[in-house]
Amino acid sequence: MTLALDIFSLLAIAAGAFFFLAGTVALLRFPDSLSRLHALTKADNLGLGLVVLGLLPRADGPLAAMKLVILWGLVQLSSGAVAQMIGAALRRREAAR
Amino acid sequence: MTFYRALDLSLALLVVGIAAWTVLSRDLFGAVVGYVAYGLLLAIVWVRLLAPDVALTEAAIGGGATGVLIIAAGSRLRSMQTSEPGDTANGIQKALAAALSALVAIALAAVMLLLPEPAPTLAPQAAGGLEAAGLGNPVTATLMVYRGFDTMLEKAVLVLAVVGVWSIGPDRFWGGAPAPLGRTRPKRALVFLAQMIAPLGVLIGLHIFWVSADEPGGAFQGGAILAAMWIIVMIARLADPPRVGSRALRLALVSGPAVFVIVALLGPFLGGSFLSYPPGFVKPVILFVEAFMLLSIAAAIPLLIAGPPLRSPRP
Repeated sequence: MTLALDIFSLLAIAAGAFFFLAGTVALLRFPDSLSRLHALTKADNLGLGLVVLGLLPRADGPLAAMKLVILWGLVQLSSGAVAQMIGAALRRREAAR
Repeated sequence: MTFYRALDLSLALLVVGIAAWTVLSRDLFGAVVGYVAYGLLLAIVWVRLLAPDVALTEAAIGGGATGVLIIAAGSRLRSMQTSEPGDTANGIQKALAAALSALVAIALAAVMLLLPEPAPTLAPQAAGGLEAAGLGNPVTATLMVYRGFDTMLEKAVLVLAVVGVWSIGPDRFWGGAPAPLGRTRPKRALVFLAQMIAPLGVLIGLHIFWVSADEPGGAFQGGAILAAMWIIVMIARLADPPRVGSRALRLALVSGPAVFVIVALLGPFLGGSFLSYPPGFVKPVILFVEAFMLLSIAAAIPLLIAGPPLRSPRP
């Protein structure tokens, strides 16, 4: 059982790390701001989500596990809102040009 | 072990690299972004040094609050950049400043590297004296028991800073409210974020204050989170900055240092000395004082960012 959970943690965290890596590469390589923003939100959402998922079996107790999930939810909320605002600012700049 | 070595080394290089980038950046906004990233990286360094309390403070104050403060100051500066810029430092002055900074850095590094093994420490004696306080978190206990005077003055400095900011407003606006923080019609996404995150953030701030008796946290860290919630509510224009003449606001602002001074002065009457806590009630009294400090911090930081009063006191 513990071995299965360990393997689950390892796989989920590795997958999360892969999404962060992919998001970072995209952030550096994508040509325009909107697609970079798209890449960044994927890393936040899936990458952090998978890392949290992998850490859940290792949390001390259900309360600590809930904190991890809330953490992910808070990052979702703020990264989503910030992406919207950066997108709107970009559109304003395009319109002004 | 080598993995942690590599992690620490890359963290250290990253911190120094971002610091250099921030100093050398020509663009104000870029420099602020660099500074915030520097604060967050430094928080990770503190976690690696097993100091989660300091990490929380660094992330909240060094990364968050100071970043907002500099951005607000920068946008104000930009709007009054009509005057000629003052004299900037010439080459020799810059070289001297750089040499002095390098000297300080080298001296600090030398002291760290030349420490005897094991390093001299008073930690066991200090920890022994803290048991009477009944607090599980030694950082909170140290700040409130050994360094009570510093902690009290720290809050007084915050209040003085707010008074300083208020005093640069024009006389005719004295008692009025600072200018609104956000634009007149804020983005819907921002309003949504503020409405969703503010109640949660207040809960988290209070939680971080409350657990600080036994776990990492504290009045400063919790207060900074509460302050951030007030700031985001003001930026989203859900509430505008309050009038600086408001009695409730001023009471909240001075409550932290004031309650601390009152408790400190009560010490001699309860059989102790100045700043001593009544035996048997150490933990409740410390939590009582910290609760008011939380209020002061949560009020002071947003007021520093809101700036001097710029609206007539009477509508």
